[in-house]
Amino acid sequence: MSGILAVLEAGHKLSAETLAAAQDLGAQLGLPVHSVEPTIPYTADAYTDALAALIRDKQFQVILFPHTYQVRDYAPKLATRFDKALISDVIRLRVESGEIRATRQLFQGKLNAEIRPIGHPVFLSLQAGAYRADGAAAAAVEALPAPTTEPRQRPEEKFREAQRAVDLSAAQTIVSVGRGIKEKENLHLVEELAAALGAEIAASRPICDSGWLPMERQVGSSGQTVAPKLYVAVGLSGAIQHLVGMKGSKTIVAINKDENAPIFEVADYAMVADLFEVLPALTAEIRKAKG
Amino acid sequence: MKILVAIKQVPVRDSLLAAAPGARWIEESSLEYEINEPDAYALEEALQLKEAHGGEVIALCAGPDRASSTIREALAKGADRAIHIEVDDITSWDTLASAKLLAAAIRTESPDLVFTGLQSDDLGAGQTGVVVAELLALPHATIIMQVELDGSSLRVKRELEDGWFQHVAMPLPAVLTIQSGIKKLRYATLMGIKKAKTKEVKSLSAADLGVVNAASYEVSGVNVPQRTKQTQIVSTVAELVGKLRDEAHAL
Ligand SMILES: Cc1cc2nc3c(=O)[nH]c(=O)nc-3n(C[C@H](O)[C@H](O)[C@H](O)COP(=O)(O)OP(=O)(O)OC[C@H]3O[C@@H](n4cnc5c(N)ncnc54)[C@H](O)[C@@H]3O)c2cc1C
Ligand SMILES: Nc1ncnc2c1ncn2[C@@H]1O[C@H](COP(=O)(O)O)[C@@H](O)[C@H]1O
Repeated sequence: MSGILAVLEAGHKLSAETLAAAQDLGAQLGLPVHSVEPTIPYTADAYTDALAALIRDKQFQVILFPHTYQVRDYAPKLATRFDKALISDVIRLRVESGEIRATRQLFQGKLNAEIRPIGHPVFLSLQAGAYRADGAAAAAVEALPAPTTEPRQRPEEKFREAQRAVDLSAAQTIVSVGRGIKEKENLHLVEELAAALGAEIAASRPICDSGWLPMERQVGSSGQTVAPKLYVAVGLSGAIQHLVGMKGSKTIVAINKDENAPIFEVADYAMVADLFEVLPALTAEIRKAKG
Repeated sequence: MKILVAIKQVPVRDSLLAAAPGARWIEESSLEYEINEPDAYALEEALQLKEAHGGEVIALCAGPDRASSTIREALAKGADRAIHIEVDDITSWDTLASAKLLAAAIRTESPDLVFTGLQSDDLGAGQTGVVVAELLALPHATIIMQVELDGSSLRVKRELEDGWFQHVAMPLPAVLTIQSGIKKLRYATLMGIKKAKTKEVKSLSAADLGVVNAASYEVSGVNVPQRTKQTQIVSTVAELVGKLRDEAHAL
């Protein structure tokens, strides 16, 4: 038997999209779709062993994963066991003349690469939003064989750092700053705009990594997820890890000097400009508009 | 403690990028290069571990001739020596093939720890460290925020999604992929830059390592993404504020 295996992650929102993608590929390629949702305690060693046995045993040709942090931790290892490179972080999948074609991002979203897998099995991980989750029929569910070797990793309990003092998810307006601000000393430009708008301040990860703003103000896959009425992104490139945390915002304004910055792909209003020229004028104009 | 750090040379952040004619990769002629950001943090973590526990830090890079500037910088910051796998067309090697190059070079050194960045800024595959670990049959952990070493035992802090973390212990030798921001980066000192000139850089070729460029995928094109959303370009601040007030009702 041969077919497509969707490896799902229990409780992860990307699992439904991955299953939908598998069903769509299966329909176009004329291959049966199977799914597996491992329930054994996670270690990269255990998952790799068990899934490798399953894939070998049932001779799956295409293996699809959601591009989660957990998948990043083991799927490259699993693909290596079959002497294949995982095609990771795919944003679009399609079938052309009976063959899979994948699109993935290069340079944090500034360019896309079109990929043609060579040989089998094909290992692909899907980024959030690559597929619509609705309409995925259930697939034949596979049982995961027990791993045969002792995992070397010994994981401890998961934990969160101290309680967040700032809850950005409730904010109506957010001004978010990225590395375009250049120096901590320039942050007052953003603070003044936020004050004029009555907005909370947020930031991209590098700004929080540098300690310019506290971690709890970080938006993105390793920070907070926000959905304000207005999100103003200043000097922020719009890497996927940032976008997943804010693309649900109602109105998005982006100010960036690079017209190809990926943040413009999700923006409603775009200003291709130097933030150091724009911010003081914008702050003054907002003050005027708010009277 | 012998620590090997894989450093990749990538175009400087904010480079203006264009697809090359034929579009399998970008046009490289006018670009400048620097160390991949998380790799700088991987190097910093390695240097601090060496300062605390003694030992040696070796920088490892696969890339063309130009990569030697990035290697020199790592040496100037304090790496003891370096290995340069000279590959002119490194951008045509997929992640598995280039990981095989790195793994073959690492095998000859038998280090206690191998660090990579968690992701490269250009390819963004986020896999090389994990693949290297499998090729070398070593345990690994990814997206590492903290490394604790105690004799031969290793305990690391992994970053998980949505603000969750987890400690994981494992035996040495091991491979870790390091997250940006783990420590504050140092600058190279003048003294360091001077010393770097005298440090050993071993040059190897793919043939020396017995690795061939076998691909599991082909890049058939590179292009600028199409916008999916109707983005309005506004040119003045007054226009933007007007639209936010009257059109988006966002003020
Ligand atoms: C596992 C993982 C998790 C991550 N989690 C997160 C996360 O939760 N949140 C997050 O934000 N990132 C996260 N990242 C990092 C992410 O990939 C990007 O590196 C980061 O978001 C980039 O931040 P930035 O946009 O501020 O900086 P850059 O990418 O450096 O962008 C700076 C932008 O400023 C513009 N600019 C420069 N000067 C000016 C000027 N004078 N005027 C106007 N514009 C200017 C530039 O054109 C550029 O677009 C994560 C990465 C990984 C691998
Ligand atoms: N050509 C290379 N030379 C040295 N290290 C590399 C190379 N390619 C990838 N790496 C390492 O692997 C990490 C992850 O890269 P990637 O899997 O491409 O996202 C990088 O941060 C580097 O540490």
